[in-house]
Amino acid sequence: MRIPLRWLADYVDLMLPTEELARRLTTAGVEVGAIISSAGDWAGVTVAEVVDIKPHPDAERLVLVAVRLGDDRTQTVVCGAPNVAVGQRVAFGPVGTRYINGHTGERTILKKVKIRGVESAGMIMSEKELGISDEHEGIRVLPEDAPVGEPLASILGETIFDLDLTPNRPDLLSVLGVAREVAALSGSKVRDPSIVYEATGEPIRGRAQVDVLDRELCPRYVAALVEGVKIAESPAWMQQRLIAAGMRPINNVVDITNYVMLEMGQPLHAFDFAGLKDRRIVVRRARRGESLRLLDGMDRELSPEMLVIADGDDAVGVAGVMGGAESEVTEETKTVLLESANFRATSIRRTRQALKVETDASKRFEKGLSVHLPPIAAERAVKLMVEICGGRAAQGLIDITSGKPKDVRVTLTQERLQRVLGVELPSGEVRRVLEGLGFGCRWVPPDRFIVRVPYWRTDVSIADDVVEEIARIVGYDELPTTRLRGEIPPAQRQPMRELRERVRHALAASGLREVITYSLTDLPTLQKVLPPEDLATSPPLRIANPMSREFEYARTTLRGSILQALAKHIRVSGGHLISVFEAGRVYLRSDNDLPHEIETVCAALSGRKPNRWGQPTGEPAGFFEAKAHLEHVLAGLRVAAEYREAVEHPYLSGRTAEVAIDGRRVGLLGELHPRIAASFEIKQDVAMFELDLEALMPHVPETVHYEPVSPYPSVEEDLAIILDEDIPAGRVIGMIEDSHMVRSVSIFDVYTGPPVPKGKKSLAFSISFQSGAKTLTDEEVAEERRRIVQRLRRELGAELRS
Amino acid sequence: MTSVSDPISEIEDAAMRELAVISDATQLEAWRLSYLGRKGKLTRILRGLADLPLEQRRSLGAEANRIKLRLETAHREKLARFEQDRVAQVTEGERLDVTLPGPPLPRGGLHPITRTLQDVLRVFESMGFQVAEGPEIEWDYYNFEALRIPADHPARDMWDTLWIDCEREGRRSMLLRTHTSPNQIRIMERTQPPIRVVVPGKCYRFEATDPTHEWMMTQVEGLAIDDGISMADLKGTLAEFARRIFGEERKVAFRCDYFPFVEPGMELRIDCFICRGAGCRTCGRTGWIEILGAGMVHPEIIANAGYDPDRYTGFAFGLGIERIALLRHGVDDIRHFYANDLRFLQQF
Ligand SMILES: [Zn+2]
Repeated sequence: MRIPLRWLADYVDLMLPTEELARRLTTAGVEVGAIISSAGDWAGVTVAEVVDIKPHPDAERLVLVAVRLGDDRTQTVVCGAPNVAVGQRVAFGPVGTRYINGHTGERTILKKVKIRGVESAGMIMSEKELGISDEHEGIRVLPEDAPVGEPLASILGETIFDLDLTPNRPDLLSVLGVAREVAALSGSKVRDPSIVYEATGEPIRGRAQVDVLDRELCPRYVAALVEGVKIAESPAWMQQRLIAAGMRPINNVVDITNYVMLEMGQPLHAFDFAGLKDRRIVVRRARRGESLRLLDGMDRELSPEMLVIADGDDAVGVAGVMGGAESEVTEETKTVLLESANFRATSIRRTRQALKVETDASKRFEKGLSVHLPPIAAERAVKLMVEICGGRAAQGLIDITSGKPKDVRVTLTQERLQRVLGVELPSGEVRRVLEGLGFGCRWVPPDRFIVRVPYWRTDVSIADDVVEEIARIVGYDELPTTRLRGEIPPAQRQPMRELRERVRHALAASGLREVITYSLTDLPTLQKVLPPEDLATSPPLRIANPMSREFEYARTTLRGSILQALAKHIRVSGGHLISVFEAGRVYLRSDNDLPHEIETVCAALSGRKPNRWGQPTGEPAGFFEAKAHLEHVLAGLRVAAEYREAVEHPYLSGRTAEVAIDGRRVGLLGELHPRIAASFEIKQDVAMFELDLEALMPHVPETVHYEPVSPYPSVEEDLAIILDEDIPAGRVIGMIEDSHMVRSVSIFDVYTGPPVPKGKKSLAFSISFQSGAKTLTDEEVAEERRRIVQRLRRELGAELRS
Repeated sequence: MTSVSDPISEIEDAAMRELAVISDATQLEAWRLSYLGRKGKLTRILRGLADLPLEQRRSLGAEANRIKLRLETAHREKLARFEQDRVAQVTEGERLDVTLPGPPLPRGGLHPITRTLQDVLRVFESMGFQVAEGPEIEWDYYNFEALRIPADHPARDMWDTLWIDCEREGRRSMLLRTHTSPNQIRIMERTQPPIRVVVPGKCYRFEATDPTHEWMMTQVEGLAIDDGISMADLKGTLAEFARRIFGEERKVAFRCDYFPFVEPGMELRIDCFICRGAGCRTCGRTGWIEILGAGMVHPEIIANAGYDPDRYTGFAFGLGIERIALLRHGVDDIRHFYANDLRFLQQF
């Protein structure tokens, strides 16, 4: 909402400096988003009067204009404007004025020149030259009463508050509404605009008829009649105000309806009375299949949910949204039927959404206007039509309403005020503030106020609403500030969140870079990284109104997002090893319920391993580099995982493992299939792993249980065996660990090639033997070692390597 | 008399003579053992004192102790000199170019939004707030209706919504939550006052992106309900938060604002730490930076939760982590956060 300050000053004295006023309004909840000054760079430009016009001796299109300036000097200007006339007040810029060149649009400084042999003392300026609009056909004519010699800025310049309003305050969509706020904040009084006029016409009853068939959607309909209007341009002051407020002047009648809407906040509509069949207005729902050409020239299909204004036959307007082209006020209009009504807010909102038209009227109606307002606004508009359009007002109004609207009264106790604000306010101050806002306030001893809500404040209905009114005018910053006291509620654990944060920190600490990617993705990306059966059994949720195809589905895996991020990183990495991870949710559809949101982690790395200097070597990082990070995380969680070879899209078979704990899958680890990598424009090896934190969580011990440290020495033994190449080392380790005497075992060599026979490999282990009960003898260790070797031979066909 | 004192002064002279020519720590230790050790010459004399008559014991004892002190001091000094020599020798022999880098460890790190979120949560946790979480895909009911934003309410325009393609009774009812506020309702459904909770999480809006707008964002919702919580407590809590996150010297200011689920509603602003109130691009020339929205929980919502609205009051607030991260790190474009440019992320 644009509020021109000069207009605002009609209703309230502006006693504060502009910036301070804006600050106070903003603090009180009426946010001044911008202070716009419509005055251009008009230094030196003043009001002048055209006193004489003579033809140019040497050019047909040009004239020599004599202008009278402030010091009663007269200067001659060469001018080409067709609309210049003697007696006009015009904007005169002397030599040296900065202006906008009407042809090139560039900022220029006016130089002393001779035009076709005649010297010009300056220029009479067009709107384009002044930087107000693109109008360059003629000069800008100023109001007749503009004092000669005044700086132009004081005539044309407007300071405008551009308000960013909240949807609860439709009353502020009016200059008068803002004036009430200014009055309350600065302790001044509001001057209401006059609604007094003389009705010299016949009574409206019997001349026009209004039938409201749907009282639910139209709680009040007020109609007025003005006869004998002369359609013309509205007066300059009114046009200027409309322009300043951001509206385009049309004609005097339409301008008055807009003016009163901007002034009081009540949308009005003027019908050409002659265009209404049967001289009748019917407020009804649209008929099925009914359509209407609106003022914007477009035909709209209507539906029975929509409320229309009709005449004896057809719809002539969509109630509260837009009038129809048929009944529009034109130059031929003689009699105007003025509509000032109240429509159900939700219905207006639904209708304008369905029709995809948002108007100044619908913006106000959908926020819920006061039912008190229609007759007041109607009388104001009629008064202006009588004064400006030369009309005769019919006597009386048609006012169709379901009973007299009641005042809203709210009881506010001192106790409530103090409970909410944390401070006791003197009853005198409470009254002063509320009355300043137009509320009625009666102190009822010993402890309460009876507050009467002014009709325009449709947003105030309970005690706490009144509390806010008091607080915002006093100023939130003036109220006390305290620390929370009282009991701190008992803690409730968030095990999933705790696990996710532990994993996140461990991954970052192990050298992975965290990324956060969008939760929405597209189907092709999901198809690339998920097995078709997964997509079939758990189809992703689709967004009904996606912003773009790129973000159409809720992701069911992080794989796609992490690969996209990886690809992006690779492009700027110069071959260095890139390692990234994300911890985020995936969304799995559930029937008739919200989707199952599963916390997952996905990591990917790609690039060549660094040498001692951090430079990429020739060796690409792969499966084991990824596994190192995964092992780091799981070890930190005190979880022992098994790795079993797995086949799973989009991983590369033979280089992929399922990560399981106690036989249950908690994740996957592997190298990405090069074809899938290529589909993400990655032309190098990628290793990935992912964890389902929901599956992992039950396996993570809450605490670590201490095991006594054995006081007896351990015996370290190496063991090298030769066995079939396809037996996983993990099985061997498992068997060695089965021995009660083995405290730990680690592998330190894997070897194939001569002298190891083809199809065989050599594995070397370092085993630590220890007992918690005694010092092991060499014989005991040797015996246990033999037992282990025997088992490996028996079950795996392994031979001791000599 | 001399028969006893002579050997002792001889011992002193011999010891000092020997010490002067000792050139390494091993010899020094052998010297220490031979004079001052458990079976050393001086120790033996001191031990033999007990057998002497009182008079002799006194004079000889004093002399022996003096010598012992002298030898000990001389030993300590020599030892210290050896230590110094050793340090100097190593540096001489195996000097390193200390400016060379260490072999690289992989350099990981947390996303700046994760870090900022942690810092914010830590502040509230220290004030007794617990952390909870909620679903990102929500029912219309929790996201809007229960928060006093029914269908066709003009306030719905404050949150442009991404809807899930799924209808219930002919209406879209599932959506990507537009704010973390649905958790106010979810928490009240499952707990009784006193309540002090913060809920972090991702939120989504149907929004075109630009330097200050992103369609996915991370918010933190706060909720405190108890007998006796007032707007003064809300102001105190938020002021404390602002100072802990943006610096002790920050000034805070509150203005009235509107959210359908609070009454009174407010916005917290801090004085611009770039221009210090003079007005610049960051603060839109106002000298103040908007940080978050808040207010007293609407009494209707308190009553709907089954709490006595005359007794229980509370406050709620919602803040955007991206905005706080932008301000703290001086990032000029919110889209950097989820664009995942390595060169951006590596700076954090
Ligand atoms: Zn600033």
